[in-house]
Amino acid sequence: MFQLAKSVDDAIAPIGDGCMLVVPREVSGVPMEATRALVRRGIKQLHLVALPTSSLQADLLVGAGCVETLETSAVSLGELGPAPRFSAAVTSGTIKLKDATCPALHAALQASEKGVPFMPLRGLLGSDVLRYRDDWKVIANPFGDNDPIVLLPAIKPDVALIHALMADGFGNVWIGRQRELATMAHAADRTIATVEKIHDGNLLDDPVLAAGTLPGFYIDAVAVADRGAWPLGLPDHYGADADHLALYARMAATEAGFEDYLKQYVYEKRAA
Amino acid sequence: MTLGYRDEELLADVIARLIGSVRHVAVGNASPIPATAALLARERGVGRPYVSLLQSRKHNFFTDGARELFDCAGQGRIDVFFLSGGQIDGHGNVNLVSTGEYQRPRVRFPGSFGSSYLYYVVPKVILFRTEHSRRTLVPKVDFISAPGASEANVYRPGGPIALVTNRCLFSFANGRFTLTSVHPGHTTEEVLDNTGFDFDRPDSVPETPAPTSETLRMMREVVAPQLAEVYPQFAAQIFGVRQAAFAR
Repeated sequence: MFQLAKSVDDAIAPIGDGCMLVVPREVSGVPMEATRALVRRGIKQLHLVALPTSSLQADLLVGAGCVETLETSAVSLGELGPAPRFSAAVTSGTIKLKDATCPALHAALQASEKGVPFMPLRGLLGSDVLRYRDDWKVIANPFGDNDPIVLLPAIKPDVALIHALMADGFGNVWIGRQRELATMAHAADRTIATVEKIHDGNLLDDPVLAAGTLPGFYIDAVAVADRGAWPLGLPDHYGADADHLALYARMAATEAGFEDYLKQYVYEKRAA
Repeated sequence: MTLGYRDEELLADVIARLIGSVRHVAVGNASPIPATAALLARERGVGRPYVSLLQSRKHNFFTDGARELFDCAGQGRIDVFFLSGGQIDGHGNVNLVSTGEYQRPRVRFPGSFGSSYLYYVVPKVILFRTEHSRRTLVPKVDFISAPGASEANVYRPGGPIALVTNRCLFSFANGRFTLTSVHPGHTTEEVLDNTGFDFDRPDSVPETPAPTSETLRMMREVVAPQLAEVYPQFAAQIFGVRQAAFAR
């Protein structure tokens, strides 16, 4: 029988140093409470894969020195401007960056979903994104005539870390229309979810809820994290905390300010 | 405000005309002016085109995850998309990655997003860059996130059709930009002074038409409130629209 984790810390225990960790884009249910717990634990050398972009989450992990390799098609704070710790790390060369483009990350995870070694993708030819990716190959379309096409090796993460509205006592997690969370879970060896609440009953018993449910078969751990995406939003449930994000952008603009931010909002239990 | 409208409103009007009569317009990250234009085109077209704002919950009909947009585009189901760039050059190459050496950049931008794919497969890509300067419009980009044109054997049903800046509108064809019109209050000389790449131009360059009062009304009263969900700062600054408080 599925056991709900006692705490977020217990749920994320399998995420160790050097883990290849896949996380969702900024509007899909980002497990920020779990991310702060990882920083507090002092995790190191993550190979972080953002599907396909990230905002605060990647900036925080990079700034706190948790990331060795970052695979993403962008990191930005949106209207608040560039992601300051990400920009600083890239310009000073302290992380290894695998620059990608959004559909390439989706496709490479879909390859793992299907258990195939690679996926082809249009576009990319003649770009410097392709030029600097020595793990991507160009082949002649074997079914075409003089038609070069890019092949992307499958991305198989050790762990997918997600945040969603609810789970049930069977480990089923309701993700709604955030289907990229399903792609992540299908592709990864293990999936860890934080949720706002526990659903009474079995999510798969209700056909309306079942359509948006990620079956417990894929889930290794679930912990409750109330407002676990804060200060980011949880789609259809609560919005981003714009004031706090603006505060982050201001504080993280300098290394000293970022250290203060960590002290106040990550190492100390948040007051919000 | 001597002209009675803001730069952003003029640019959105220009972009709405470029969108033309199509079935599906998609708008990516950090694109408030194109989003304004797409929603304006939808208001004028009475429900068409379909508009997908990637970061929106309301203006986004995708139900198969973030990949659906790209799958849709790969099939030719997206007619118009928008790209910007930290740098754009005269061949229509866009740079969303960095300046200087890639391995040791001077300035790092967010990253290529979907550009390295969408630029190839969306038939009408409209480039926009409000800052029109020699810093942004360069002879040659430092990093090609996506090229303006491709070799004959590269699968490429899409590409750039125009570049909109705070000073003017360029069209793009056969690997080159042509100055199409200069916005009110700006001059061709100023465009020449502030553009780092070569471009073609007619002997006499027309002025970009100002938005009509009906267009301004539509933008301010109908479009602006819809923008606040995705672009709260932009909606507040440009249109004075405040987002409804989030449910806590």
